[in-house]
Amino acid sequence: MNFNHAAQAMLAVGSREVVKFVRQKGRLFSSLVRPALWLIVFAVGFQNVFGVAVIPPYETYIEYQVYIAPGLLGMVLLFNGMQSSLAMVYDREMGLMRLLLTAPLPRWFLLLCKLGAGTLLSTLQGYAFLILCAVFKVDIPWTGWIYALPAIIVSGMMLGALGLLLSVHIKQLENFAGTMNFVIFPMFFISSALYPLWKLQEAGAEVVFQLARFNPFTHAVELIRHSLYGKLNGISLAVVCVSFVIFFALAAHGYNPQRGILKRSPQPA
Amino acid sequence: MNETVAEDKSSPAVLEVGAVSKSYGTLKALDRVNMNLHKGEFVALLGPNGAGKTTLFQLLTGLFVPDDGTIQILGHDIRRSPVRALGGIGVVFQQPTLDLDLSVRANLVYHCRLHGIPRTEAKQRITEELERLNLVERAADPARSLSGGNRRKVEVARALLHNPGLLLMDEATVGLDPGSRASLVDYVVSLCEQRKISVLWSTHLVDEAERAHRVFMLHKGNLIADGTPATLTAKAERNNLAEAFLSMTGVTPGPSDNDQILTVKGSN
Repeated sequence: MNFNHAAQAMLAVGSREVVKFVRQKGRLFSSLVRPALWLIVFAVGFQNVFGVAVIPPYETYIEYQVYIAPGLLGMVLLFNGMQSSLAMVYDREMGLMRLLLTAPLPRWFLLLCKLGAGTLLSTLQGYAFLILCAVFKVDIPWTGWIYALPAIIVSGMMLGALGLLLSVHIKQLENFAGTMNFVIFPMFFISSALYPLWKLQEAGAEVVFQLARFNPFTHAVELIRHSLYGKLNGISLAVVCVSFVIFFALAAHGYNPQRGILKRSPQPA
Repeated sequence: MNETVAEDKSSPAVLEVGAVSKSYGTLKALDRVNMNLHKGEFVALLGPNGAGKTTLFQLLTGLFVPDDGTIQILGHDIRRSPVRALGGIGVVFQQPTLDLDLSVRANLVYHCRLHGIPRTEAKQRITEELERLNLVERAADPARSLSGGNRRKVEVARALLHNPGLLLMDEATVGLDPGSRASLVDYVVSLCEQRKISVLWSTHLVDEAERAHRVFMLHKGNLIADGTPATLTAKAERNNLAEAFLSMTGVTPGPSDNDQILTVKGSN
């Protein structure tokens, strides 16, 4: 695999994904409506119910909206990661996946191209959400926009790899909605996205607390949260990176020709 | 299997399949299949639905691997050096794989980039292939606006952009009207003659197989015959290839324009 070829392929897959995204005009809108509702309705409504004590990275008391903004940014990445895997299942059913996988490049690299393309879209949507936050006067330091970039990319890659792994095991598009319920919602709710974890512990929900502690999504959110204030959460970075490697390795294994993932597509033998 | 008429027997085989087997659970999709293709040969893989044609194509394109046996494409083992082997083949899949919202040219550019063809060369290659198909003026149109026959031809053009030695076409005429079908076969025959490309053409239509230099008959995962259409007909002591096919497989041919012409007796 020479570098030029690899870069060209990455660019081709990436630009195709962006073109497709731009074409589906509703997609950006719908990807923003969800977190916007949480931010503008939910967070405002619960403003006085949740008191957030001063915890790192915050140095003063903060509004609830400020607390959940990184969590919602994580949700944007989570949804897009899953949506990319939905696209993989669709491509597989439509035969477009065959076209990609017969390109003369190592299969893991082709999957990485797909993942990179999905992460690019995640990142764009993440920043669209930050703009939304600015519009609604959620107080996030502007320097955070820059510091958060690597955190958003790493988290996007990790969640995209999870989606890729799921796409191995989802046989048909119809099975997707169920998978969403069993993956997106638990990951989102059992995390630090909506409330700090000590709240769970304080409430005596020890099991949920432990689950949330080990949830990679918690660490994606915390990585982003800290980065917005120019701080690095080393443990979260490590968890996100290790999770990425594990998810991607398993996904690449799942797409191994030995396992014949493509035979599941509706084709006569 | 010695009565084969290869175009160029002195050159090494473009494709060599050695004792390839593949099972899905208890179903044996392919059972120790042997075949080879030489330079410039147009070879038809003839078999009814479910004979194992698509399975064989999936193995040849590295989408999955055989349980047993070897596949060599232009001297590269698909399992040991898949990237090199894949670089030597062009594939037209049974399912349409053009992005219909993109222009014809954008579809072709995408392929060139996946194959690492430099930009200027890609531009030139795309123009050449489209000229050959008289589709240059349609390059900027969305693929959706093309007829079914022309979409297929663009897919053939795409499969040839990286100058492969071997072109694999899996039931490429499915869903095409008789005129487009004939014109596609003509085009592929001309590719073999003029550009010395080897073509493996899978089909369940006997009239398409009659155009081939050689025919492999695949039935229930077994390669039951290999030879020129004429030798196969003679060997079965029948008047034409369709009857020969029937006598060897127990499969009934119908009107050749119909996609569903062949049904296995007693199994449907």
